[in-house]
Amino acid sequence: MIEASLQLPRGAFTLDVSMALPSQGVSALFGPSGCGKTTLLRCLAGLERAPRGRVVVDGQVWQHGAAFTPPHRRAVGVVFQESSLFEHLDVRRNVAFGWQRLAPAERRISLDDAIAWTGIEPLLERSTHALSGGERQRVAIARALAVSPRLLLMDEPLAALDAARKAEILPAIERLNTLSGIAILYVSHVIAEVARLADHVVLMDAGRVVAAGPVGDLLSRLDLPLPPGEDAGVVLQGAVGALDAPFHLARLDVPGAAFWTRDPGLPLGHRIRLRVLARDVSLSLAAQPGSSIVNQVPATVDSIADDVHPSQVLVRVRAGGSALLARVTRRSAQALALAPGQAVWAMVKSVALLD
Amino acid sequence: MDADWAADLQAVTLTLELAALVTVLLLAGGMPLAWWLARTTSRWKAPLSAVVALPLVLPPTVLGFYLLMLMGPHGIVGQATQALGLGLLPFTFTGLVIASMLYSMPFVVQPLQAAFEAVGARPMEAAATLRAGPWERFVHVALPLARRGIVTAAVLGFAHTVGEFGVVLMIGGNIPGATRVISTQLYNHVEAFEYAAAHRLAALLLLFSFAVLLWVYWRRPHGSASIVAAPDARPRA
Repeated sequence: MIEASLQLPRGAFTLDVSMALPSQGVSALFGPSGCGKTTLLRCLAGLERAPRGRVVVDGQVWQHGAAFTPPHRRAVGVVFQESSLFEHLDVRRNVAFGWQRLAPAERRISLDDAIAWTGIEPLLERSTHALSGGERQRVAIARALAVSPRLLLMDEPLAALDAARKAEILPAIERLNTLSGIAILYVSHVIAEVARLADHVVLMDAGRVVAAGPVGDLLSRLDLPLPPGEDAGVVLQGAVGALDAPFHLARLDVPGAAFWTRDPGLPLGHRIRLRVLARDVSLSLAAQPGSSIVNQVPATVDSIADDVHPSQVLVRVRAGGSALLARVTRRSAQALALAPGQAVWAMVKSVALLD
Repeated sequence: MDADWAADLQAVTLTLELAALVTVLLLAGGMPLAWWLARTTSRWKAPLSAVVALPLVLPPTVLGFYLLMLMGPHGIVGQATQALGLGLLPFTFTGLVIASMLYSMPFVVQPLQAAFEAVGARPMEAAATLRAGPWERFVHVALPLARRGIVTAAVLGFAHTVGEFGVVLMIGGNIPGATRVISTQLYNHVEAFEYAAAHRLAALLLLFSFAVLLWVYWRRPHGSASIVAAPDARPRA
């Protein structure tokens, strides 16, 4: 368990947070730019000292009252937005910089593992000047992993990269958590990254924690200042449930629903994560047997909220253990007389497989 | 002629000893000062920077005069050194070393400060999260990243000390083997109308100074006009 409660006056606002994160999996610190995410992360790392606060990671007290553990005595790893590699050292020495400062008994992650997990073997003898932006960031991740942290903090590590480089690093970050078992706190203002990586989401706004919870619950809530418009959608977790080889389709099962989609080539039972955008879901009072939409899910209306444009509303429906968001016109909502508790069919036009 | 050569050689040797000692002492003392100036937000930063830069604009005679007063028999420093049994410092090699350190200080502290500023806070923070304590961060991150600036500081401090004259005359006089450096020896030659000997020393100093400056400018980043600009201040990816 990672617990933090911190108060820090900061010009425009006061950082005032109290949160508890699971010490497994990826937690995302999500919110608009300037909401205090980076300041909070710096406080957790010990790079910034909140005058009042308490930080406890897996039973280790990093800050409490007047007691303050300096950053170099914390079992923390930090990956900054720009990779901040040491320019006077080659890649291998960068990765080993922190590792060699650990007592042998503290080296729970070997140097070889840190290098293998980030795929930087071919870069080891290079100078840092000869690396691309994506390579630099992978080296920075390996360097932070090699200190065997209890908590790995990542401050928008993809922000300075182009789409191709992001696509190269995201899978590496996904693998990390599974391979290393280290709790990751990932700071981002990009919902797509959060949807893809996070198991747990902490939503921040103006220096405060607005909401926190599992990604599936949190992103489907209509009462939060989540990014509206095209990005509204939910994240579902499940497994490959069936394959239709002749038609190259796979059925992805999540609690309470199943979706047929293009066969991603994954074996039966493989764990998957799906993103279903509100714009791809419509509602119907009855199943539509004569439709090309094969993914029709029986569900119950949970709540209705205004969307960005006055012509539309967002409807949250529950299907078993999963929640979906649907975007429908206000006129349709009225015509169907949608109201909480009502049985509907969610017609899902497409789902995006995230991993 | 042989006596001339011997006297010149003695002056050259003394100058090199003085410059080497001053450079080493200034690097040792200037480094903490430059580090502090590079990182502080204290209101004392501006006054202290101005004091460090004073020798750049003051006539060396002014500096030498005040040092003579301070270290003389009636000055605070002079009375202290006498009380400690060290005697008086003016017209000694030690006095010359102290005066030269003050005189050459900006040429060492300013490049060091620029180099430390160019290192920035981020590599130090990264090192802190990689288990490096304050001293390790300074030795293994700040110093290597600032190394070009440190070399520049040493070379400029050395060269500037070699070339000093006014302060030497005021504080050191002209004592062979103790305070007679190249520039005062050159002055002696001219006073005695020994122009050939004067040429020899003058040309030596000219070539030495030009070579030093040429080297400094060669290794400076493009587009920087200041001699003390950090050679490390290149854009980072």
